[in-house]
Amino acid sequence: MDDLSTGSESDYSNSWISWFLSTKGNEYFAEVDEDYILDRFNLTGLNGEVVQEYSRALNLITDNLDDESLDDDVRESVETSARFLYGLIHARFIVTSRGLGKMLEKYRKADFGRCPRVYCYSQPLLPVGLSDIPYQKAVKLYCPRCEDIYSPKSNRHGTIDGAYFGTTFPHMLFMVYPQMIPGKGQPVGSSSVADVNRSLMAGQQRGEGPSAVGSVSTSAVAVKAERYGPRIFGFKVNEDAKLARWRTARRDGQIARLEALEREQGQTNM
Amino acid sequence: MSHLAAPELDPDELEEEAFDSSSQASSTQTSTLTWINWYTSLPGHDYFCEVHEEFIEDDFNLTGLQAMVPFWKEALEMVLDVEPEEDSSKIPDVSIVESSAELLYGLVHQRFILTKTGLSCMVEKYEAGHFGACPRVFCHATPVLPCGRADMPGIDTVKLYCPNCGDIYTPPSSKYSGVDGAFFGTTFAPLFFQTYPELHAAPFFATNPPSTAPAHSSSMPVGGPTFTNPDPHGGQKPALGRVYVPRIYGFKVSERARSGPRMKWMRERPERWDELDNVDWKGRWKDGSTTGDKGMEDEDEDMQQGEVKRGALFDDEDEAEEDEEEEEEEEDAPTQAAATTTMAGSANESRGGGAVHAVKTSVGAGLSGPPGPTGRR
Repeated sequence: MDDLSTGSESDYSNSWISWFLSTKGNEYFAEVDEDYILDRFNLTGLNGEVVQEYSRALNLITDNLDDESLDDDVRESVETSARFLYGLIHARFIVTSRGLGKMLEKYRKADFGRCPRVYCYSQPLLPVGLSDIPYQKAVKLYCPRCEDIYSPKSNRHGTIDGAYFGTTFPHMLFMVYPQMIPGKGQPVGSSSVADVNRSLMAGQQRGEGPSAVGSVSTSAVAVKAERYGPRIFGFKVNEDAKLARWRTARRDGQIARLEALEREQGQTNM
Repeated sequence: MSHLAAPELDPDELEEEAFDSSSQASSTQTSTLTWINWYTSLPGHDYFCEVHEEFIEDDFNLTGLQAMVPFWKEALEMVLDVEPEEDSSKIPDVSIVESSAELLYGLVHQRFILTKTGLSCMVEKYEAGHFGACPRVFCHATPVLPCGRADMPGIDTVKLYCPNCGDIYTPPSSKYSGVDGAFFGTTFAPLFFQTYPELHAAPFFATNPPSTAPAHSSSMPVGGPTFTNPDPHGGQKPALGRVYVPRIYGFKVSERARSGPRMKWMRERPERWDELDNVDWKGRWKDGSTTGDKGMEDEDEDMQQGEVKRGALFDDEDEAEEDEEEEEEEEDAPTQAAATTTMAGSANESRGGGAVHAVKTSVGAGLSGPPGPTGRR
């Protein structure tokens, strides 16, 4: 099996990584490029101290392990270590430009699920960790529309270590692809849920444009965000309405701050 | 369904009938289970509570529903397990009556759960966690309550209201996608929490100073067990007020970035209850400022002084740190530089456990070296 160490093997379907990715519960993971793993520079700091059975695990990931010679216990621990190591490499890979590209594809397919918040209109989510250290917190899902984080629906996904995705990933993605930032309001060409909403909100609805990102300013996008307002027999509830108004004031404060900043920058550019 | 012969009776007699049929439950297989029992036990119907038959039998409670439900009489008979009359030949198909019965039950349910009995029925289900938990991470699985966005049937499916974040969510399972939101109605969830304010979060959230914050301060009553909301009609439960802060390599994403945070306000709460009154009815600060009152700015400065320490703690990303996320202003460059230094230093400090120590080193390596965004082309 030593001849496989060139990294040129094309027996794709039999590689450990493709097996790992096809395993149920691992749908969130992207495929880390073989040559990314083989470049030792990218593995800086990952060694026997971090990962037990490091070199065997690495060999397993890159399909260079002759596991016939191992007994079951060792094989099992190597297998566990390999998953752990793959996760740690994955966290690094997905913030590279190749990795971001691959994760963007998965995001487009909504592989990470959709936001449960009603007013996010089934916005696709992105995985995010709450810690970069393994064994701290499970993976969460970041919604770029409401900018909040949610727990995965399925327990299979709820137990994946958040460190395999890292705290940085979704925010790096939108730094690199700002055109992918969704608008805050109701999407254009909307689904049945949105139609429902239109019938509910007829008359109150502001004109919703497409995502206000691109070359356009994002300062005031939050104005379009919809919120739930509890009502009892049609009347607003005092305390909830008060809090909603306070939040509106906070929102408008941020918009004013950002727009003032924009004007300032506009002047210096002139 | 009951096999007792039950011609049209007035409500009182019907009640007797119902009682009779339940007392003879063992005599026939079908009479052990009323239609309501059966319907509420179907998969996806676990949000419903059992409407008391006396409530349905009272015509007053059905006012106005007759016009909305086709095959009214047959549907009502089905719901109440009354044997249909002889001349039922005009009904083309029993499944039509079935769907009418479901509609009838749903609409009566909407009214029933607003009554005292209905509310207490639902609070039992709520406290038993029958409606699930809020998917939002910082609501820490607060139980949710079903609600509708419309009172007319056929407009929208049932949603779930979280009394902590005050937002509504789609049920996690598609088995609820057939349940009409009107069967719960728009009024129920807010009225429920007006009735049981101790189950609803207060609108303010006092951030404890991180040094004195106990490990689980977010789940503890703020200011000790004597937590009270000055508004007796408002939520009496201490809010779980943590708000997510996006970070890249430990640094907050600035709101000045085009992809920076824009929605933090939606989850924020004031520190104190009376700050809510600083805003007028149109949602503007009463003092005419644009970015909030002076008290806020003072807090921000205090927060910024704590930044260096926060940077050192970023690995530990936990309650102590997240408790104070009221910050608005961006960190300035010198503070960031200081934070980096501290961070890199802390990465080399041992924390005892071998694995943790080792990984800390790797995180440090990640920050100072290769696996950044430019690591690989």
